[in-house]
Amino acid sequence: MKKPIISFQDVSFQYQSQSEPTLQHLSFDIFPGEKVLIAGASGSGKTTISRLMNGLIPSAYPGKLSGKILINGKSVTDQTIFDLSLRVGTVLQDPDTQFVGLTVAEDIAFALENDGAKQSVLKQKASEWAKRLKIPAILNNHPQEISGGQKQRVSMAGVLVDEGKILLFDEPLASLDPVAGRESIELIDDMQKNGETTTVIIEHRIEDVLYRPVDRLILIDQGRLVANETPDKILKSGILAKLGLREPLYLSALKYAGVDLNQVSNVDSVDKVNLSAQTTQALQQWVKPVSARKQKNDATPILQAKNISFSYDSKQVLNKLNLSLNGGEMVSLVGRNGVGKTTLSNIITGFLRQSAGDLILNGHKINEASIKERADHIGYVLQDPNMMISKNVVSEEVALGLTLRGIAPDEIEKRVNETLKVCGLFEYRHWPISALSFGQKKRVTIAAILVLNPELLILDEPTAGQDWQHYTEMMTFIQNLNRKIGISVIFITHDMHLMMEYTDRVVVLNNGVIAYDDQPMKLFANLDLLKQASLVETSLFTLAQRIDVDPEALIASFINQEKVVQANE
Amino acid sequence: MNNNVLIGYKQRDNFVDRLTGTTKLIGLIALSVIGMVSFDTRFLLVLTICSLALFRLSGIKFREVSFILSFITAFSVLNLIAVYVFGPQYGVHLYGTEHVIWQGVGPYNLTWEQLFYEFNLFLKYIFTVPLALVFLMTTNPSEFSSSLNRIGISYRISYAVSLALRYIPDVQNDYRQISKAQQARGNEISRKGKLTHRVKAAAQILLPLIFTSLDRIETISQAMELRRFGKLKKRSWYAEKPMKRNDFLALLVIALVVLVGIYLFRVNAGRFYDPFR
Repeated sequence: MKKPIISFQDVSFQYQSQSEPTLQHLSFDIFPGEKVLIAGASGSGKTTISRLMNGLIPSAYPGKLSGKILINGKSVTDQTIFDLSLRVGTVLQDPDTQFVGLTVAEDIAFALENDGAKQSVLKQKASEWAKRLKIPAILNNHPQEISGGQKQRVSMAGVLVDEGKILLFDEPLASLDPVAGRESIELIDDMQKNGETTTVIIEHRIEDVLYRPVDRLILIDQGRLVANETPDKILKSGILAKLGLREPLYLSALKYAGVDLNQVSNVDSVDKVNLSAQTTQALQQWVKPVSARKQKNDATPILQAKNISFSYDSKQVLNKLNLSLNGGEMVSLVGRNGVGKTTLSNIITGFLRQSAGDLILNGHKINEASIKERADHIGYVLQDPNMMISKNVVSEEVALGLTLRGIAPDEIEKRVNETLKVCGLFEYRHWPISALSFGQKKRVTIAAILVLNPELLILDEPTAGQDWQHYTEMMTFIQNLNRKIGISVIFITHDMHLMMEYTDRVVVLNNGVIAYDDQPMKLFANLDLLKQASLVETSLFTLAQRIDVDPEALIASFINQEKVVQANE
Repeated sequence: MNNNVLIGYKQRDNFVDRLTGTTKLIGLIALSVIGMVSFDTRFLLVLTICSLALFRLSGIKFREVSFILSFITAFSVLNLIAVYVFGPQYGVHLYGTEHVIWQGVGPYNLTWEQLFYEFNLFLKYIFTVPLALVFLMTTNPSEFSSSLNRIGISYRISYAVSLALRYIPDVQNDYRQISKAQQARGNEISRKGKLTHRVKAAAQILLPLIFTSLDRIETISQAMELRRFGKLKKRSWYAEKPMKRNDFLALLVIALVVLVGIYLFRVNAGRFYDPFR
C-alpha cells in the first residue's frame, strides 16, 4: 500500500474570529498521483481545508487547530507557508487578482524570483513552462491583454515551475466563462496525466468538474466529512441534492424518468453513461412534446435601443445595435467575456454615453437624462455587492436612495419595510451588513434598487459564486418579483441552465451587434453561435441527442418536473 | 474608460527607454535636487532646455500627457500667484535691491526682483515636470522596483510601489463604477447637482472603494505569499536590466551637471544668481 501524500487525521479547526469550529473531526487521505474533488455547499468548510493544506492557515487566518495534518509525511505545523509552497502549489479562485507580475513571463517566474534564482534561470524556466502550457506567444503580454482562459494557464504555469508537487485548485471555475472553464478542466486533466502531480480541486460545480474523470469525490457538509468515495458511487447515492449541491442535470433527468441509478453504469459522464434499451425507453416516455410557450408579457416596449454605437480606445465595441424590451419580460444577455455586455448595460443606465444612436424609455428619448433620472425607471445591480454598499446597517442601506430623493420619513419607512419583506430580509433589518453572507449582501443591493420602484432591473451575474441552494433561492425570488409586480429583468449571465429555466428570451451579443434574439432552446441548435458566445450546451442537450428526442422537449419536461419538485419541498 | 488621464508605462524603444531604471531614477533624483536648490537662472535655463529635449527624445506624445499637463499648469500658475499674494516683497528681500515697475497699494507693488524670482520658480516647474513624466512613462514598473531595490531600498517596499503603480487603473475603474452606482441611487455628482452636495456625495463613494481595494490587497498579498514572496532577504528580478555603456555615459553626464551646479554656488557665493548688482 502506498503512503498518502496528504493525510488529515481527526482535524478540527476554529477561526479566531468565530465562535463555532468550521471543521470538525475530519479524516481522509489523498495518495500520490490521485485526482480528488472536494465539494461542499457555501460555508461547508471546503475553503478552510485548502487553507490548511497551503499554509494560509495559520499565516493569514489564525485559529485553533487540533488533530494532525501530514503533507509528504511531515506535519504542517512544523512547516512555514514558504516550505509548504514548495510542496503544494495553489491556484486561487480569481486569476486576475493573483496575477502578480507585470507580464506573463514575470508572473510565471515570480516564485523563482523569490527564491533568488539567477536571471538566466528565470528566463529559461518561464519560456519552458509557457511552451508546456501552450502560451509561448503571449510571454511578453500584460494581464489586461489576455483572455480569462489564458490567465488560468499563466497561474498554473506560475505554480508548476516548482515541479513535482501537489496542485491545489480553489474554485477554478468561479470566474471563467463556460468555454474557458471546460478548457481549464481539460488542462488540469492533461497536466495530471503527464506529470506525477497529485491534483486536489475544491469546487461546488460538480458536473462541470466531472467533464473529465476524477478518481475520488470527498463531500463536506457543515465542517464534517459526509462521503469519501468514487464519483460513481456518490452520484448513485443521490446525496448531493441533500447537501445543497446540484446533481448533474442528466442524472436528475434519469431519476425524473423513474430510472434507478443503481442499475446504470458509468453515471459520472453524460457521454459514457450506459443507456440500455429500457432506460432509453423510460426517458423517451417521460419526455412530453412541447406545448407552445405562451407569451405572457404585454407587447408594449418599455425600452428600445436604436442604432447604438460605442467605441473605446479606438475599438468599436457596439456597432449600430438595436434592441427592444417589452414590459414584464425576463431576458438573458449573453456573450463571451469582454464582448460588451457590461458596456451595453452601462449605456442603458447612463454610466457611459453612446457615441451614436438613441435610447427610448416608455416612448420618450432619454439620451440627455442623467444617471439619477434614469435610475427612477431602470435599476442596475452590479456583480460585486461590495461596490454598491455604502452604509453599515441593512435598513439604512435600503433607505439610502429614498433619503437622497428627499422623501418623507414615514413613507421611507413604509417602503423600506415592504421591500425588505419582499426580499426576505426583514428579520435582518437592524443587522450590520458586514455580518451578512455574500448572497444576503447581494440581496441587500437588489432591495436597495427595488425600493426605488424601477420598471426594469438589470442584474449582472446574479448567481455568480453561489452554490445550488442559494442559486435556486435567488432565482425563485427574482421570478416571484417578476410575477408579482411585473418588473422586467435583464440577466447578464453565462449560465445556460439559468437561461432556459428562468428566461423566455436570450439575446446574444457578438461583434458589437445582436447575433441572436429568440427563445433559449433554439440557441442550442446553433453550435457556431454557442461557441462564439463562449457558451456550452448543457448535459440535457447531449442526453437528448443520445436518446434521439427533441432537446427542446426534454429540457422543457425537465424544467416542469423541477418546478413540481420544488413546489413540493 | 478615461484612459487619457492615466500616466503609464508603454514600451517605446528609443535611447531613453533602453536606459536602466536605476540610471533614470538616479538621474531624476540628482537633477531634481540640484535644480530645486539652485537659483542660478542661467543654469536653470540650460536644465530646462535639456529636459525638454529629453522629453522630445523619449518619444512621448503630447496627447498622452495633455490632461496631466493642463492640470499641472493650472496648479503652477495658481502657485505663482499665491507666492506673489503672500510675499510680494520676497524678491526685494532676497536680492537686496528694489526696481519698481509699477507702484501699487501697500506692499503690493511690482518689482523686477519679484518677477525675476518668480521666473526662477517657473523654470523649476518646467524643468522638473517633463523629467518626472519621462521617468514615469519610460520605466517599466517591475524594472523600476528592481532599480529601487538596487539602490538599497527593501524589495518589499519596492514591490509595493510597483504594485501600487499597476493598480492605479483598476482602482480608477472601481471608483468610476462605484460613483456611477451611487449616482443611480440618487447621489447626484453630475453637473446637475449642487456643489456642496457633490462634495458630500464624493465622500460616500470612499467607503465602498476602500473595502473593494482592501479585498484586492488581501488577495494579492496571499497570492504572493503562496509563491514565497518574503521568504529570503534578497530576491532576483526577471525584469532587471544590466547596466550598459549608455547608462554609465548618462550617469557621467548627470554627475557633471550636478558638479556644475555646485560650482555655480561658489561663483555666485550662494544659491542665487543676482543680475541686479
